[in-house]
Amino acid sequence: MNSTAIAISATGLTRKFGSLIAVNEVDLEIPAGTIYGFLGPNGSGKSTTIRMLCGLLTPSAGTATVLGMDTVKESEALKQHIGYMTQRFALFEDLTVRENLRFISEVYALPRAKRRARVDQLLEEFSLVAQVKQRAGTLSGGQKQRLALAAATLHEPKILFLDEPTSAVDPQNRRDFWEKLFEMAERGTTILVSTHYMDEAARCHRLAILDEGVKVADGSPKALGENIAYNVIEVVADNPNSARLSLADNPAFTSITQLGVRLRVLVPKQVPDALEQVRSNLRQAQVRAEADQVFPDLEDIFMAVTEERRKGLAI
Amino acid sequence: MKSLIRIMAVLRKEFLQLSRDRLTFGMIVGIPLMQLLMFGYAINTDVRNLTAAYADEADTHLSRQFIADIAASQVINLGRRVETVQDLNRLMDAGAISIGVYVPEDFDRRIIERDRPAVQLLVDGTDPIILGVAQQLTALPIRFDSQTALTPVPSMEVRNYYNPERRSAVNIVPGLVGVILTMTMVMFTSVAIVREKERGNMELLINTPIKTPELMLGKIIPYVLIGLIQLVIVLGMGRYFFKVPILGSYSQLLSASLVFIGANLSLGLLLSTLAKTQFQAMQMAFFVFLPSILLSGFMFPFDGMPPIAQYIAELLPLTHFNRLIRGIILRGADISSMWDELLALLAFMVITLTLAIARFSKRLD
Repeated sequence: MNSTAIAISATGLTRKFGSLIAVNEVDLEIPAGTIYGFLGPNGSGKSTTIRMLCGLLTPSAGTATVLGMDTVKESEALKQHIGYMTQRFALFEDLTVRENLRFISEVYALPRAKRRARVDQLLEEFSLVAQVKQRAGTLSGGQKQRLALAAATLHEPKILFLDEPTSAVDPQNRRDFWEKLFEMAERGTTILVSTHYMDEAARCHRLAILDEGVKVADGSPKALGENIAYNVIEVVADNPNSARLSLADNPAFTSITQLGVRLRVLVPKQVPDALEQVRSNLRQAQVRAEADQVFPDLEDIFMAVTEERRKGLAI
Repeated sequence: MKSLIRIMAVLRKEFLQLSRDRLTFGMIVGIPLMQLLMFGYAINTDVRNLTAAYADEADTHLSRQFIADIAASQVINLGRRVETVQDLNRLMDAGAISIGVYVPEDFDRRIIERDRPAVQLLVDGTDPIILGVAQQLTALPIRFDSQTALTPVPSMEVRNYYNPERRSAVNIVPGLVGVILTMTMVMFTSVAIVREKERGNMELLINTPIKTPELMLGKIIPYVLIGLIQLVIVLGMGRYFFKVPILGSYSQLLSASLVFIGANLSLGLLLSTLAKTQFQAMQMAFFVFLPSILLSGFMFPFDGMPPIAQYIAELLPLTHFNRLIRGIILRGADISSMWDELLALLAFMVITLTLAIARFSKRLD
């Protein structure tokens, strides 16, 4: 597949539920073969956007094309080429692992000769061989997630939509899961994954940050960090609480987030000598602490862009 | 070809799930059995042994014989004798008796002079069936022990067709087929689909290339089979326990039942597109079930209902099916003589199925 081809594009995508605007004029352009992340808190419109891109929800305004097909007019043709892993486990809990996969292979009408081979291959690939005869409802969180991913990729879709796929699994399973995703992306699959975990979002090639249905930023994690309008100062203190109090009164600091013994202070870039200001505040309050300017991590970026948006709304 | 693979896939899945859902499986067999035994044995419009008391103020040879005659009829159970008509009133008020027999002091004279009725029956008219029994009693002739048996010749004679022994079961068993199918078919299909919505399976299904008619057919076919199993249970047991014969042809019985099952399944599908939760689906099923059982002619004769009730009844599949199945089973009628009933069922099925497919959306909005 041409690596510069656009797999998913959307312009002004909007969805309203009554008076609530769940997704507000979102533009997207996702190149084929990338892992694209949707980062945002619950209710930020991630699921709704994914459902519109799958053709499950009709946009209130705007359009989206996936693999060159209109998600409203050509949604049926599209279904053969996309895989969708719902947020909630959607396979049949009263069927066994094999029965579930067999059902999916038949619903996608795979050629008879290929069906069993494909199911066996997936069982192997997703380490579910020991569970073939187990009912899906009795699987562990990680096993359910692997089964769901196996089902979503059974028909070898070109695009995979994953809606918070790792919310119910442990860290080891999450790491394995992401390895799978990277393998698929290397083979040319475009993956759109929503998450509210910063560490997961950091693994994406590109990501969009959603807040209250609005796309507030997008780009690679690195570019996002470079482009935010804030410097990040990290303060390490024995007594982070008093350090925090000493900084709280300075109106130049946009936000102070405490992470254990560390504080992360967001200071707008137009404020001169941000690091010096932090240090002098700490000295005045006689708090023993070390302060350094650091590269923003995703949490900083998230704080920064949502802060920017709130400021914009307040005016 | 691909359609067939997908329909078969849904079908297989439904059967697998059904075989693991013991409660539903129990309902498939349990509901027909329970209803058949309950309706067959408990519901009996041919009432006997009503509790009664009498006050015999005459206390003559003739009146004592009259009381003995009534008691011998077994229609009422003359348990107690009281002194006055006021005592009877009191017992009636207390609900202790449903019928009171009052023999006045001048009983003998009234019999001879024949100018007015000799005996009064006090009846608890709140239950029309009891009132009907009382009417029967008034026809009881009063015999004198002398030779003057003045039995009047009745102006009309009853010839009982199709059910010479007057057994309620003969009427109830065929009707029960329709009632049970209405109850289970509508409920099972609507619940089966709404359950998948509730469990999130539907979001996965509608994101696959499966087409709406394929999904619906795959869901319906297993229940057609279940409906037929229930038909066999009810008619088989009806024959075994209640000696209800099947006079008409089996193939006609099967075709009428298949159309009726189809009509109910379509209705179930339509309800499933309206309900959001399994509980709502059950509630809606009851809105169909109650008028069906009450207005279809299963409980009360259709002709006796006010016109508005008859209009509503004509809209219900069960009304038409009851006429069909009673005709075929009890009268041995040919289905061609009731083609309009069959047509009504077919029309109902086509309309509801079209509506269901149109309303079912492969979208979440």
